Amino acid sequence: MRRAAIITRVANTITMAPMFDYDFMRTAFAAAGIVALLSGTVGFFLVLRGQTFAGHALSHVGFTGATGAVLFGLPPLAGLVGFTLLAGFGMGLLGEKLSERDVAIGMMLSLALGLGLLFLHFFTSYASQAAALLFGNVLGVDNQALLSLALLAVVSLIALGFIARPLIFASLQSELAEARGVPLRFVSTAFLMIVAIAVSECAQIVGVLLVFTLMVGPAAAALSFTRRLYAAIALSAALALIEAWGGLTLAFYSDWPVSFWITALSGLVYFTSLVDWGKLRARAGATA
Amino acid sequence: MSALSFDQVSIQLGGRTILASVSFAVENGEFIGMLGANGAGKTTLMRAALGLVPLKGGAISVLSRPTSRGNGAIGYMPQARGNLPGLRRLTGYDIVASAAGGAGWGLPRLDAAMRREIDWALEAVDARDLARRSLGELSGGERQRLLLSQALLGRPRLLLLDEPLISLDPGHQKSVVEIVRRLREELKIAIIFSAHELNPLIHAIDRVLYLGAGNAVLGAVDEVITGPVLSRLYGTDIEVVRINDRVFVMAGDVDVERDAHRHDEEGGHHHAGGQHDHDGAHV
Repeated sequence: MRRAAIITRVANTITMAPMFDYDFMRTAFAAAGIVALLSGTVGFFLVLRGQTFAGHALSHVGFTGATGAVLFGLPPLAGLVGFTLLAGFGMGLLGEKLSERDVAIGMMLSLALGLGLLFLHFFTSYASQAAALLFGNVLGVDNQALLSLALLAVVSLIALGFIARPLIFASLQSELAEARGVPLRFVSTAFLMIVAIAVSECAQIVGVLLVFTLMVGPAAAALSFTRRLYAAIALSAALALIEAWGGLTLAFYSDWPVSFWITALSGLVYFTSLVDWGKLRARAGATA
Repeated sequence: MSALSFDQVSIQLGGRTILASVSFAVENGEFIGMLGANGAGKTTLMRAALGLVPLKGGAISVLSRPTSRGNGAIGYMPQARGNLPGLRRLTGYDIVASAAGGAGWGLPRLDAAMRREIDWALEAVDARDLARRSLGELSGGERQRLLLSQALLGRPRLLLLDEPLISLDPGHQKSVVEIVRRLREELKIAIIFSAHELNPLIHAIDRVLYLGAGNAVLGAVDEVITGPVLSRLYGTDIEVVRINDRVFVMAGDVDVERDAHRHDEEGGHHHAGGQHDHDGAHV
């Protein structure tokens, strides 16, 4: 009972904070929360599979999609999702030839940014929109965008849940998984398409240039904080959520950009995780 | 009934002939050491037995049934490679568990039966304590033991172990061979164990399967490890030197098996060559 009372009081203090007086802040918190949970979860598998570069490339492709969509008078999110989905599908089909992957992805990345630049060139009046795409604009999310974010996140998480077992197996030991009958190409293509959606959502919050901060940072930190698979997934999502909400809060009080604060928190958590907490971890391991 | 039989099997990958009309039969419960130069097709042969490589001709059967992908009767331990961050950081238990039911769909869940199966497999290789640690914290030999337990999930009748001794020091090599030999006795399963060198295996195996020049010869060590047979498989003059219990395969004054092994440990040329036929199989 007392615990419940404390939780209620803490919750009240938080929700009564002046920043929640503003409609746009409430929307921003909801959007950042949805996106952080999705990015933290999907990003964990990206790190586990050693495909972080692919995630980075997808975000750049998203830039082309978004600028192209704006050019044709469509919502940027539609362009982002459409283009990254297509690119994720293509990358999945290309397969996993490690040796050639980096170069191919890097070329696609440059090509995509170049095209995005061309689209911008035709629509010079959208300079502020370009900045929003590159560095995010969570404060500009409206209710309709929020609904799209929520729906896309739910669909992606359901899809991720459906392929979770073979994905984990194939990520850890692809050859064994293949021998046991896991359809590797299907799983990796489906996964990259889920990544595409997560990247698109993430770009709404922190921009295409900074998706690493929510997709890779928390996951990488989680993997060094715990050795248990499920704990690491949960921790990755939780860290992303804390970083996103923390960034929003700090931005509200400091008036500095939200994306800056999120990258700062993400960097702080990541570099803290690199410190060797040997003794601390041993003790945690003993009690677990 | 044989555990694994190849009937006139031919395999071509990327225009290169790996096996040309190869026939042999491994009996139930037999421990076979598989040897051959790098690129001779040891990995490809295992992948073919698993139904992962298209055959150009012939037929492969496992326990008298045509082989198929995802065959539960075969336990497989791929050659260790790659250093994904996740694989090193996570506990051995989680890694072994990912294989249990990993071929299904949906969220991972371990029911009591699966937990018992995992515990049994870990117990079989004395790895229950190891499973609490992360893979990165284990020595090479401990790591191989843990991964070996994974191959036992689903109680296979045939185990295919691809180079379990690679980059292990002699002490750990011995312990891995010892555990495999014990598994064979306790579980009465057939085992094919590929290696670069015969000597660590020579006292444990029943017969040897030697690959080379597209051919495969299965027989007792004394029949196969001879100058004439190996000269044919290597396509060059081979001399077999015996010192006490040990056997050395020499081409001129080079120790063929040792040399191959050393290259591999340096992670040099030969390994890349070995991987090549594996990559080819994916396409």
